[in-house]
Amino acid sequence: MSLCLLALLVAAVSGVPGLFLRRQGGEAAAGLLGLAAVLGLTAALPVLAGGTGGTLLLRTAALGSPGLLALDPLAAFFSIPVLLLSFCGGLYSLGYWEGHRGHTPILRLVYGLLTASLLMLVMASHALTFLLAWEGMALAAFVLVMAEDREPETRRAGWIYLAATHTGTLLLFAAFALLAKVQGHSAFAALPAGLAATRGGTALFALFLLGFGFKTGVLPLHFWLPPAHAAAPSHVSALMSGVLLKMGILGIVRFLSWVPDPPPWWGGTLVALGALSGILGVAFALGQHDLKRLLAYHSIENIGIILLGLGLGTLGKATGHPAMQTLGYAGALLHVVNHSLFKGLLFLSAGSVLRATGTRDLERLGGLGRTMPWTSAAFLAGSWAICGLPPLNGFVSEWLIYLGAFRGLGLPLGLGRQTWPLVILVSLALIGALALACFAKAFGAVFLGLPRTRTVAQAAEAPRTMLLPMGLLALACLAIGAAPALFAPALGRVADSMGGSLGGGEALRALVPLRMLTWAAVILGLLALLLGRWLRLVPQGRDLPTWDCGYAAADARMQYTASSFADGLTRGLRWALRPVAHLPRIAGWFPRLARYESHVPDPVLDRTASPALQLIVRSAGLLRVAQGGALPVYLLYVLLTLLALLVWMVA
Amino acid sequence: MLPDLLIALTMLSNFSLVATSRVAKAIQFAVLQGVLLGLMPLAMGLGRHFHIVLLAVAAVTVKGWLIPFLFRRALKQVQIKREVDPTVGYTVSLMLCALGTGLSLLLAHNLPLKPGTEYVLMVPASLATLFTGFLLLVSRRKALMQVVGYLVLENGIYLFGLLLVEDMPALVEAGILLDLFVGIFVMGIVINHIRVAFDSTDTRHLAELKD
Repeated sequence: MSLCLLALLVAAVSGVPGLFLRRQGGEAAAGLLGLAAVLGLTAALPVLAGGTGGTLLLRTAALGSPGLLALDPLAAFFSIPVLLLSFCGGLYSLGYWEGHRGHTPILRLVYGLLTASLLMLVMASHALTFLLAWEGMALAAFVLVMAEDREPETRRAGWIYLAATHTGTLLLFAAFALLAKVQGHSAFAALPAGLAATRGGTALFALFLLGFGFKTGVLPLHFWLPPAHAAAPSHVSALMSGVLLKMGILGIVRFLSWVPDPPPWWGGTLVALGALSGILGVAFALGQHDLKRLLAYHSIENIGIILLGLGLGTLGKATGHPAMQTLGYAGALLHVVNHSLFKGLLFLSAGSVLRATGTRDLERLGGLGRTMPWTSAAFLAGSWAICGLPPLNGFVSEWLIYLGAFRGLGLPLGLGRQTWPLVILVSLALIGALALACFAKAFGAVFLGLPRTRTVAQAAEAPRTMLLPMGLLALACLAIGAAPALFAPALGRVADSMGGSLGGGEALRALVPLRMLTWAAVILGLLALLLGRWLRLVPQGRDLPTWDCGYAAADARMQYTASSFADGLTRGLRWALRPVAHLPRIAGWFPRLARYESHVPDPVLDRTASPALQLIVRSAGLLRVAQGGALPVYLLYVLLTLLALLVWMVA
Repeated sequence: MLPDLLIALTMLSNFSLVATSRVAKAIQFAVLQGVLLGLMPLAMGLGRHFHIVLLAVAAVTVKGWLIPFLFRRALKQVQIKREVDPTVGYTVSLMLCALGTGLSLLLAHNLPLKPGTEYVLMVPASLATLFTGFLLLVSRRKALMQVVGYLVLENGIYLFGLLLVEDMPALVEAGILLDLFVGIFVMGIVINHIRVAFDSTDTRHLAELKD
């Protein structure tokens, strides 16, 4: 515990040397974040291995009950992505912000504070510390999103984020207040049995789901996410997508772990939300032209997958099927870590593309595989993992959820609940296929083919400080994917802290043949090696362009663009995406130069929230009549109010 | 007997305040009103409480000496013209003031009073003074007259506070006095700035500042 607190302190002050050092402030910050990661992991890993964590208590009557921070298995589990990704981001920022003028030292300081508040949030065991850390995290992230505040787009994204996060916090305040009323104190503890079925239990579930939903970006509440992720510096996007969103999941998981007897419809709600976010998230990702927005929509998709797993687990807990519960929760929790690893990797490599070319527009990139081989390998690894292909980690967690859902298929779950496992299976399959298509589009448009502009053609590979964190994350993805049996006991222990009845990680190992995955990975690796050998045996010809179907001078503009590649699918999903196209009108014998443009507006932000807000602002303009600017008139208002009050009081 | 006389004088000075057309005259009336009210606690026979005597002395000093001094300085600094520059004519102002006084008598008749209060005129007089202050604030354009209106408004509040003077902690009274002093001090500075910025102390110009 003390090690973890030390890690928290070190992370919090990691930006301080940068305020005084003329140079190498970034190195100092990255070093301190690395130290924090080592300290934190040293504290967290023994807890996951079965040790006890310890707590920090503060005995004050004002808090209602003692207890501030505790290092339980859930906290230890969630602290791993926090520590790993913040260190990788700190290291990455050295190259990313190289030669970057402006508020870099301040941003580094805030980055350290964000890491510290994330750590505190993970360990919080009292509503007070939780909300304190929650707000610290939200504000620090706001400052980081606003890093490039000269762009109007960034400012807009920042304000949308701030409004969304504060709405969520407001709901959380209500939720924790209700919880304190029910429990009589504000410390985190299991709820009494039978509460969940009452009206208070329903209200708690709804408030927590909404409040945490704003942070995780469940589908109707996701609207702040794509603009904020696109606008933030790339390593901050990585941390936001990989860790910040997961804090909402942490909240939901904590709440579910307190409830001994959730009603089955809770699981159904989670599954429905998960299916909605998963399928629509990936569908909207297909329609994007902006690399980082595309990745952001994929975060929504992955949150959907995690919710599917949580829903499955809750369903199992509610109906008393421990195998379903363990598999669902274990899959969801493992996917939390997995997603933070591969999404971090993807955002970091997208950032290195952005740094090298200056654009995030998929239609302007292309052919970077030749000039940036390491970045493209990292992006490929991330894409491989996010699509859930073996032998990387995305496969393992999705597989667990699949297995759990298959087990649920034949079980007597009760009337009307038989379809939920089927919904999970179908939506997981659909999500996987669409994700594969989407990453084929993204990888192809960015790294394959010919460069579409001159700056892209002259792009150079990222410096080593940026490649190292990517390599680290890719290795972690491979480790979990190739040897999941190593991590199974820890995962089983965490899944058990959800109030399970099965014993430890052994149960998980008995449920799933995880060793088989290692063999599969080995075989796949051998096959890849053989393929490589065989390719080398093929005689090397001269370096010629691809056959161009008889066109005399094929150039970069003739290749598939990202939109044309995805067109077949987006056309099929037209009913959901409702893309807007600005088609040029071609008339006359010699038509003039024309432009074609299409984009996919966000259904919540662009089609609902913005028009509604504009309506409010316009109707508020009517009140301007009362604002004449003359002081006596304002005083007259005061006088009239006073008179009215007096008359009302007396009459 | 004496308190009723003072209250009557206060109400009369209200009418003089809205009827006068000269800034300097209005200031004199406001100061006179302040001093009259400052003497009120002594007239009410509360001289046995030391802190009330102290407050009365402080009120008379601030309202009778310090504030007129600040006003004189402001008058000299901004070289103000003498006309108060009303938006509502003097006759109408007078009628409005009479209306306000009548209304406050009516209202005070229905307001529940502290049992055992012997000064029935106190509440209507304080409400009437409040209305007069507001009337001055609303209907006089010159910035300095607005300060006078503020001062009259405070006189009304002070009079109301006298009802409870035996129960109220001295701190509250002292706080009100301090507020008044600081308010007028700051307003003096602000008025000077208004003159520098707009070359006049007409508050209509401030409307240009709205966004």
